[in-house]
Amino acid sequence: MKQGVFKISLNEKLTDNVYKMVLVGDTSDITACGQFINIKLDGLYLRRPISVCDCDETSVTIIYKVVGIGTEQMSEMTVGDTLDVLTGLGNGYDLSLSGDKPVLLGGGVGVPPLYMLAKELKKQGKDVSVVLGFNTADEVFYEDEFKALGCKVTVTTVDGSYGVKGFVTNAYPENYTYFYTCGPEPMLKSVYKTATTSGQMSFEERMGCGFGACMGCSCKTIAGYKRICKDGPVMLKEEILWED
Amino acid sequence: MGRLSVNLCGIEIDNPIIPASGTFGFGYEFAELYDINCLGTFSFKGTTKDARFGNPTPRIAECTAGMINAVGLQNPGVEKVISEELPKLSKCFNKKVMANISGFAVPDYAYTCELLDKQEQVGWLEVNVSCPNVHGGGMSFGTSPEAAAEVVRAVKAVTTKPVIVKLSPNVTDIVAIAKACEEAGADAISLINTMLGMRIDLKTRKPVIANKMGGFSGPAIFPVAVRMVYQVSHAVNIPVIGMGGVSCAEDVIEMMLAGATAVEVGAANLINPYACRDIIDDLPRVMAKYGIDSLSDIIGGVK
Repeated sequence: MKQGVFKISLNEKLTDNVYKMVLVGDTSDITACGQFINIKLDGLYLRRPISVCDCDETSVTIIYKVVGIGTEQMSEMTVGDTLDVLTGLGNGYDLSLSGDKPVLLGGGVGVPPLYMLAKELKKQGKDVSVVLGFNTADEVFYEDEFKALGCKVTVTTVDGSYGVKGFVTNAYPENYTYFYTCGPEPMLKSVYKTATTSGQMSFEERMGCGFGACMGCSCKTIAGYKRICKDGPVMLKEEILWED
Repeated sequence: MGRLSVNLCGIEIDNPIIPASGTFGFGYEFAELYDINCLGTFSFKGTTKDARFGNPTPRIAECTAGMINAVGLQNPGVEKVISEELPKLSKCFNKKVMANISGFAVPDYAYTCELLDKQEQVGWLEVNVSCPNVHGGGMSFGTSPEAAAEVVRAVKAVTTKPVIVKLSPNVTDIVAIAKACEEAGADAISLINTMLGMRIDLKTRKPVIANKMGGFSGPAIFPVAVRMVYQVSHAVNIPVIGMGGVSCAEDVIEMMLAGATAVEVGAANLINPYACRDIIDDLPRVMAKYGIDSLSDIIGGVK
């Protein structure tokens, strides 16, 4: 983990309430796909944890949905503004288990962390399929970006206004070797039940610190108690213990 | 003695800064970020007789200038704290640590304290009396002078190290409880624990926290903490450790003027993981600004 000041170089609208922000600063502690950063905002006490969508030596890209006062404040920031950010948080996805034909299943703002994962898997020469799930056509983002990486992309919408009608679980590719997923909990549960291979899931929870100190985001797993921020957010399918 | 050092129950600490229990784990997470030997000491994660998962999530809610937590004393239990956590801590911290103990029955407190009292690394026992008493109708030990004193007597009977009683602010007469603890043999008082709070989500019309209520901490509660430290320190003849919303070196000075011998820093560690180190580094500048030669001189400076 590292604390640093980052300068906004881009903050643009992707859909009605989803924004893409690029932050320039020291990214040396971001070491795995699926990690997150924790952003301090003026006048708000707790930091905002947001997953890393992409990252290079000098900048980190995040995609966030405006859901409350913090993300609303972020959406109003402009190029050149600075943010105090903790980087390199969370474990991230383990790429070594992917097999040759992994499928990446993302729902809504669960899509962004899969982008960097897809990029890395493609670099390793994997045949990557991506299923992006949204409620409706207006909410769709990053389809072209995943295609540009050379992934096979399927979009699903709940109302059928774009792509395959239904959920990501209606669009598994054939003969996939492993799955990686991130999205709302009902979607994760559905993937857990329907996927025919092993895989990894990224979880979300209200966090206090984001770096393992406060025990605010603990969950029970088959491997014992884990902190979603520090021991997660990514868990293996085999260790997940659903509470209800 | 150095300009920053203070004497806490017979143990001299290099400075009065103590990360508060529940915000600093067992230290080693923070040792990856900075050398935690710069601290006066720290109070480790609240430890109970048996392992606890704690409350369901969400356990955290944001507030204006603060936060609510309802973690519910998640910890691996005293045996594992001794066999697993303390050995890890000994690799990165060479000072005496403050053991923080909670319980739900008087014998549980005594059991946990007796085991931790025997640990070489432990310098002080900080006994949290804010937990519900399962044999007393669920009322917190810390809300009754008699119940708090009973815990103190039971712990003192089986330990040799200084016993610090950590008091809840959710009471009508904090002074009466502090005095009862002093009479029962407490070596020091620390206060304030979190204030009971609640937030409601307007969209769902449900409490933000699964447990409905939780402990409110952060800068918003600082004035309440200063007031209670002032009241208690003027009523007892044992040291008082002040805490509650302390975020900067100026807050430390204010707490000490109110009567605190040492100062715990809690929620600030969660927002800025370097908070305690930064406060210690900044203390000499603030002392110079207000003409303070030695911190121990200003304890209880406000009459």
